[in-house]
Amino acid sequence: MLEKHAKLERNSMWLLIFTVIAVSIGGIIEIVPLFRMQTTIEPVKGVRPYTPLELMGQEIYIREGCNTCHSQQIRPLRDEQQRYGHYSLAAESMYDHPFLWGSKRTGPDLARVGGKYSDDWHVAHLKNPRAVVPESIMPSYAFLADKPYGDWRINKRLKALKTLGVPYTKEMIAEAAIDYEAQANPTADASGLLERYGDKVAVRDFDGNPNEITEMDALIAYLQKLGTDVDFTTYDPDYAIKKAPKTAPGHMEKAK
Amino acid sequence: MSKDKHDKEIDGPTGVETTGHEWDGLKELNNPAPRWWLIVWLVTIVWAIGYWVVYPAWPTPGGHTKGVAGWTQYGKLKREQAEITKRQSTWLTKFHAASFEQVKADKGLYEFARAGGEVAFKENCAACHGAGGEGRKGYPNLNDDDWLFGGKVEDIYHTIKVGSRSSHPETHQAMMPAFGRDGILDAAQIDDVATYVMALPQGATAPRADAFVRGEAVYAANCVTCHGDGGIGNRELGAPRLNDAIWLYGGDKASIIQTVTSARAGVMPTWENRLDDDTRRQLAIYVHSLGGGE
Repeated sequence: MLEKHAKLERNSMWLLIFTVIAVSIGGIIEIVPLFRMQTTIEPVKGVRPYTPLELMGQEIYIREGCNTCHSQQIRPLRDEQQRYGHYSLAAESMYDHPFLWGSKRTGPDLARVGGKYSDDWHVAHLKNPRAVVPESIMPSYAFLADKPYGDWRINKRLKALKTLGVPYTKEMIAEAAIDYEAQANPTADASGLLERYGDKVAVRDFDGNPNEITEMDALIAYLQKLGTDVDFTTYDPDYAIKKAPKTAPGHMEKAK
Repeated sequence: MSKDKHDKEIDGPTGVETTGHEWDGLKELNNPAPRWWLIVWLVTIVWAIGYWVVYPAWPTPGGHTKGVAGWTQYGKLKREQAEITKRQSTWLTKFHAASFEQVKADKGLYEFARAGGEVAFKENCAACHGAGGEGRKGYPNLNDDDWLFGGKVEDIYHTIKVGSRSSHPETHQAMMPAFGRDGILDAAQIDDVATYVMALPQGATAPRADAFVRGEAVYAANCVTCHGDGGIGNRELGAPRLNDAIWLYGGDKASIIQTVTSARAGVMPTWENRLDDDTRRQLAIYVHSLGGGE
């Protein structure tokens, strides 16, 4: 065996051929499962793409590095359920690009923070975390309240996400800037937004400043949406054992 | 550089074969891996094959292999939860069936409910109401006798369930008009009514200065419907009592002017879908026991 190996090492053609074979095996094992990714997404109802305002909130969340201290994945462990609620489903982050599951918790998990606190609380907490949670070591993000809506090129972001499989319609992309305004401006007409994204979308002034749409609005809109989508009456934890779904939801389902 | 030909050469001092490679006079010994290491390696391979058979392992075109044991992480969680529920069931079954009065009458059950409520309070309520329910500006103190929507244990239970100005269809909907912002009162009237409201705790003994008398008229025309005669408040409407020393948004003149001008509308989330009914009942009992329960 060792003798043969010596031969292999001395003949560059054989060495090349066997190297390619070895690398291909590794590659196939890593790459092929990615094409079957949709089979890991649970068939549940209720998950919708982010509205433009929520999407910008997610951008701010990433920009400020919230995900370095806060995970967004509740694991199927007893104590985590007790504290954070139902474990996270793959379907809940299927429209996240990139996903923000995280593996490190300096602060608590945020996968189901939506609806847990009031908007006022979020504003107070983001401005000065110690004002509401005395033991917190989170930095202040007060400046978000002063940063108004900038040139986010929202339409292009929606378009980019569409190429990644998020079912944004042509209409959603075309109306993105209008929907962005409508969600946080209490005087705007939000009927189009609700028609496109569903009645569950929260439309209100999030940051307590109705005169201006700020980054604080966007971030809180995003936080208040987290983990609130899934209708758990449609979820069966044993679906994978019983029968693999023929078509996975979300990615494959094209919105009309 | 290594030699071109792979000669078998035995190293003198150790008696071990060399690899035949030589670098500046240094030669590499060709010691085989230890036998125990080799055996462990082979055993792990055999073990892995057994693992593939028993547990979910390989991706397949239709999903993945399920394994003969039918094991899932979710199944494991279910078993663990069943175990803890069983351990709690001595008290929990009893608690589940008991009314608030029955819990109150049974000392052991009451302590069980309070302990469970305390844990849930720290995780879910303390962020706003404070670790001891002491509250803060905008978030009511739960230790005192001042209740916006009632301090009976049933009232507290209901408030926890539906929240205040939340997404729940039956939520408390008290909504004070923004008297200044919406142009119902002008700045002078608001100043007067603030003076009047600040003097309410003194009742009939309050000195009847000019501003007080003017404020009294403004109060009678705009505020009395909800906050009641003399500021006694109205829990049906969620209108706070004004003739005590407890202020949710501050009792100094500037704060009161701010409240009358722009109104306040604190939000408490609904906990109906987040916490199960037993937990919410335990929470109600715990909050009721903090000192202000009626």
